[in-house]
Amino acid sequence: MGKRTIIPFGPQHPVLPEPIHLDLVMEDEVVVEAIPSIGFIHRGLEKLVEIKEFTEYVYVAERICGICSFMHGMGYCQSVEHGMNLTIPRRAEYLRTIWAELSRVHSHLLWLGLLADGFGFESLFMHSWRLREKILDIFEATTGGRVIFSVCKIGGVRRDVSNETLQSIIKTLVDMEAEVKELTDVFINDYTVKSRTVGVGVMSLQEAHDLGAVGPMGRASGLVQDMRLLGYAAYDDLDFAPIVETAGDSYARTVVRIREIFQSIDLIKQAVAKIPDGEVSVPVKDVPRAECFERLEQPRGEVIYYTKGIGTKFLERVRVRTPTFANIPPLLHCLKGCDLADVPILILTIDPCISCTER
Amino acid sequence: MMSYVTKSPWIIHYDGSSCNGCDIEVLACLTPMYDVERFGIINTGNPKHADIFLLTGSVNEQNIPVIKQIYEQMPEPKVVVAIGICATSGGIFAECYNVQGGSDKVVPVDVYVPGCAARPEAIIDGVVKGLGVLAEKRAAMVKK
Ligand code: SF4
Repeated sequence: MGKRTIIPFGPQHPVLPEPIHLDLVMEDEVVVEAIPSIGFIHRGLEKLVEIKEFTEYVYVAERICGICSFMHGMGYCQSVEHGMNLTIPRRAEYLRTIWAELSRVHSHLLWLGLLADGFGFESLFMHSWRLREKILDIFEATTGGRVIFSVCKIGGVRRDVSNETLQSIIKTLVDMEAEVKELTDVFINDYTVKSRTVGVGVMSLQEAHDLGAVGPMGRASGLVQDMRLLGYAAYDDLDFAPIVETAGDSYARTVVRIREIFQSIDLIKQAVAKIPDGEVSVPVKDVPRAECFERLEQPRGEVIYYTKGIGTKFLERVRVRTPTFANIPPLLHCLKGCDLADVPILILTIDPCISCTER
Repeated sequence: MMSYVTKSPWIIHYDGSSCNGCDIEVLACLTPMYDVERFGIINTGNPKHADIFLLTGSVNEQNIPVIKQIYEQMPEPKVVVAIGICATSGGIFAECYNVQGGSDKVVPVDVYVPGCAARPEAIIDGVVKGLGVLAEKRAAMVKK
């Protein structure tokens, strides 16, 4: 046994825009244990529900995380709406689905860029983010915001998107597909890139199951699990199957996310083809009185929203279990036995979102 | 603008307790659409290389020492730019129990960039304003 050293990683570290701290217990070049400490970014926003009305809290929920902001707003709204037995117009559900899938495309492109940056492939990072800007332009055209949209509200969505705009979105996505393919082929085929991901941080199906991996992290190890199959919003009308790989290494996780970009584009096409006409919101006349659990598939995996209404404008409790929180035990597992040089890549492959985790 | 820039300022970015919204907009400034690198602005991870400190998010008990440490390690003259309403005043989270307020509670802030999320154009504008402040500070140092 070599000499043990502890190397601190973070909270300010170039590969991660967000603060997380890990104490890496090293034996020579190999990590034997990783001890996380979190709390740099905790704000305590679940408690804000006591002073913000339940209709206003949507804006707080959106700011749990700026990357999946739309899906946080959507999860909160769905949970409150189900608790109130409020049926929202079908068109609103479709629009939510379209925005949610666009968010997934933007999030995965963002992640691909960060991964490329993580292994030092700067131009690949730039190209991923260049493509991502096109999605942000769609967001800006349809909602007015680039990262925080505030377009979801209890009872539906705040604004309609005209059918012509929807068609132009499809056109943008179709034009983009070839470029995304060209970009992602580098991740899939390039020898040098593969040397950083293939066989790094392997997690078996059993381990993924036992440690409770969610989202692409679990699906890359063969765990068939996708909350969209529950058929919330308009997913019950759309035709898709969860994307699963079996290798369980960083390469498989990359491939799952890449295939999901194309899947999301396909889902948006389907949704635009099927979207019904009609209203986009219903008035809210009541206050929440019930408890409700809601599960959604975010780009990073399953998110659980719990809301408890007590018949006043203020909810008694909101609880969010975010995907990164569930993926930290699998991450610590993958870090054991890896080389120090692979630590940044491994941390990135769970697609960590610390501000979700700590709220 | 180019005549204005006599130096390639390097930036360092630290995320206080932001929601990520402003962070990804800071990163977006570096990418081809906005590309601040054409002004010689480079994002560095090392405080000792940095001239401009971009802070997103509000401050709390646990990140105050980290922010202070980064600030102190930066060489003079230095400029702090607070990005987003969180870094300015705490914004929507101001009433949270673990939010102590804007970043000016901990380090002297030279430029405030409001917005939630702050748009890349606004961030670039803020950094350019910061360059002006940097030049002033340098001139003041030379005089001494
Ligand atoms: S200002 Fe808004 S977008 Fe920026 S970090 Fe704060 S909550 Fe997020």
